[in-house]
Amino acid sequence: MAERELKRKSGTTDRGAEAVEEVPAGSAKGEKLKAELDDLLDEIDEVLEDNAEEFVRNYVQKGGE
Amino acid sequence: MSIPKVCGIETEYGIHVMHGDPNPIAASSVLINAYAQEIARQQVGWDFEDESPGNDARGFALEGSLPPQVETHLLNTVLTDGARFYVDHAHPEFSTPECLDAMECLRYDRAGELVLIRSMEAADRVVTDGRRFVVYKNNSDGKGNSYGCHENYLMDRAAPFSRIVEGVTPHFVTRQVFTGAGKVGSETTAFDGEPVDFQLTQRAEFFEERVGLETTLKRPIVNTRDEPHADPHRYRRLHVIVGDANLAEVATFLKVGTTALVLAMIEDDVTIPRSLGLADPVRAMHEVSRDRTLRRPLLMEDGSTATALAVQWELYTAARAYADSNGLACMGDAGVGEEVLRRWEAVLDGLEGDPMSLARQLDWVAKLQLLEAYRERQGCGWDDQRLAAIDLQYHDLRPERSLFRRLDTERLVDDAAVERAVVEPPRGTRAWFRGRCLSKWPASVVTANWDSLVFDLGTDPLRRVPMMDPLRGTADHVDELLERSASPAELLDRLSS
Repeated sequence: MAERELKRKSGTTDRGAEAVEEVPAGSAKGEKLKAELDDLLDEIDEVLEDNAEEFVRNYVQKGGE
Repeated sequence: MSIPKVCGIETEYGIHVMHGDPNPIAASSVLINAYAQEIARQQVGWDFEDESPGNDARGFALEGSLPPQVETHLLNTVLTDGARFYVDHAHPEFSTPECLDAMECLRYDRAGELVLIRSMEAADRVVTDGRRFVVYKNNSDGKGNSYGCHENYLMDRAAPFSRIVEGVTPHFVTRQVFTGAGKVGSETTAFDGEPVDFQLTQRAEFFEERVGLETTLKRPIVNTRDEPHADPHRYRRLHVIVGDANLAEVATFLKVGTTALVLAMIEDDVTIPRSLGLADPVRAMHEVSRDRTLRRPLLMEDGSTATALAVQWELYTAARAYADSNGLACMGDAGVGEEVLRRWEAVLDGLEGDPMSLARQLDWVAKLQLLEAYRERQGCGWDDQRLAAIDLQYHDLRPERSLFRRLDTERLVDDAAVERAVVEPPRGTRAWFRGRCLSKWPASVVTANWDSLVFDLGTDPLRRVPMMDPLRGTADHVDELLERSASPAELLDRLSS
C-alpha cells in the first residue's frame, strides 16, 4: 500500500511542474474566481428566498425512485 | 471486446409548490402537461407492455423483497429527441434517450434541465389558480427523503452478474469524490449520531445494502433490477442508483464516462493488480461521503487500508492500460474515451493536491467554496439555516434563482448543442428511429417505449414495431428508409418486406 501510494505520488510529481502553475492561490485565475465569489456574496441575500428558515422547512419531498 | 456502452440518465427532480395545493403528483402532472401541450405540442403515451422491474439480475427473487411498485397510470410522454418525460412517484422525471457516449449523455442531461425550465415557464402561463412551481435538480429534501438520479449502461449478457458486482462496487464507493453534489448536514442514522457539517454527496447516507432489488427502501449499492429493455439473451442494462444528480458538466461527464469504462473492463475481464474489494462497502460509502479531507483510509477485504483516491488511482491506471491495449471503440464517438481518461486523471490530480482547485469542475467543491465564503463573511456556524437555504438553492432550476448558474463552472457543451438535443435524438442508437418517427408522424404513433413503437394506421389492428437492439434504428440504418417513406403505412410495409 505505502509503496503503491509512493509510486503514484512520484508519478504525479512528474506532471507537477505544469499542474502547479495552473492553480496557485495568488494567480490571476484564482483572483478572478475569488472576485466572482465576492460579487455573488454581495448579492446573495437578494437571490436567497426571504425567510431561510421557513423556506428550508417548507421544502418537503416524497421519497422517489 | 466490450460492446458499446450505450448509456442514459434518469433524473427525478424535486418539486415545490408555492401558493396553493402542495400535492406534488398534481404539480408534476401540470408541469408535464404544460410542456407537452404548450411547447412540444404533442402527447404520445407510454406503453408498459414489456416492463418488468421486479426481475432480479441474480436470477432469483429474495424472499420478502418486493418488486418496486410501478405507477403505470400517471402522466407519461415521449419527446422527439427520444426522451421520456413523466411523473414518477411524486416527482417529474426526465429520462434521456439512449446515448452512445458520456459526452452525448451529458448533452441530453442538460437538455432535460432545459425541458424542466420550460415546463415551469409554460405552467406559469397556463395555471390560473396562483400556484407557482419550483423544480430542483437535487436528491434529498434534507429531512430524510431521497429521490434518485439513475444511470443505465448496456452490458453484454455474457458477463456474469457476480463479476459486475465485485468489479463495480469499489468504483461506486470511491467515485463519490468527483460525483458528489455536496450537502449541508446529514439526515439519517448512517453516521451513528455523529455530527456532519458538510458531506460530499446527497445520496450516500441513504444506502444500506451491498446488492439488492430495492430502490426506495434499504437502497443497495448495486441494484439488481434486470429489465434490459432489449433482447434479454444478448443484453443486460445495469441500473445504477448510487449517483447524485449533477449540475457541473465535468461531474456528469466523468460520472458516466468513468463508469462506462470500468464496466467495459469488467466485460473484458480485466484483472486489476491490487484487489480493490472493500471490507464493508456500505460503511465505506458513508465514510467517503463525510470525509472532506479525502485522506481517511478505508478498510479493505484483505486487511489493508486505502483511501478513496488510492482506489480511484488504481482504477484509472488499469483503465489507461486497458485503453492502450484494447482501444476505446466501446466508449462512443472518436475522442470521447480519451477525454474521459484525460479528465479523470486531471481531477484525481486536483483532488490529491488541493480539492478546492476544482471549484469550476465539481459540484461538491463549488458548493463548499460558496458555503465557506458565506460563513466567513457572516461569521455563522454550520447549523445556520441560511446555509441549508444556499444548499437547496444551488439546485434551484429557475434561472433567476439558481446559485449554480451564478458560479462560473466549466462548460463542455454549448447552448446551441443543448437546444438541438431538446428536439433531435442521438444519431447512433435506436432513439433516432423513435424520435424521428415521432417528429414525422406524431398523429400515427400512439404509444412508444424503450423497445417498441406502436402505430395506428387507421386500419385495425394497431401495429407494433419492436426495437430489441439499442444499436439498431440509428441514423445510418434508417434515414434512407424514413426519407423514402411518405407515410407510416409505407414505412411499415418496407420494414416487413
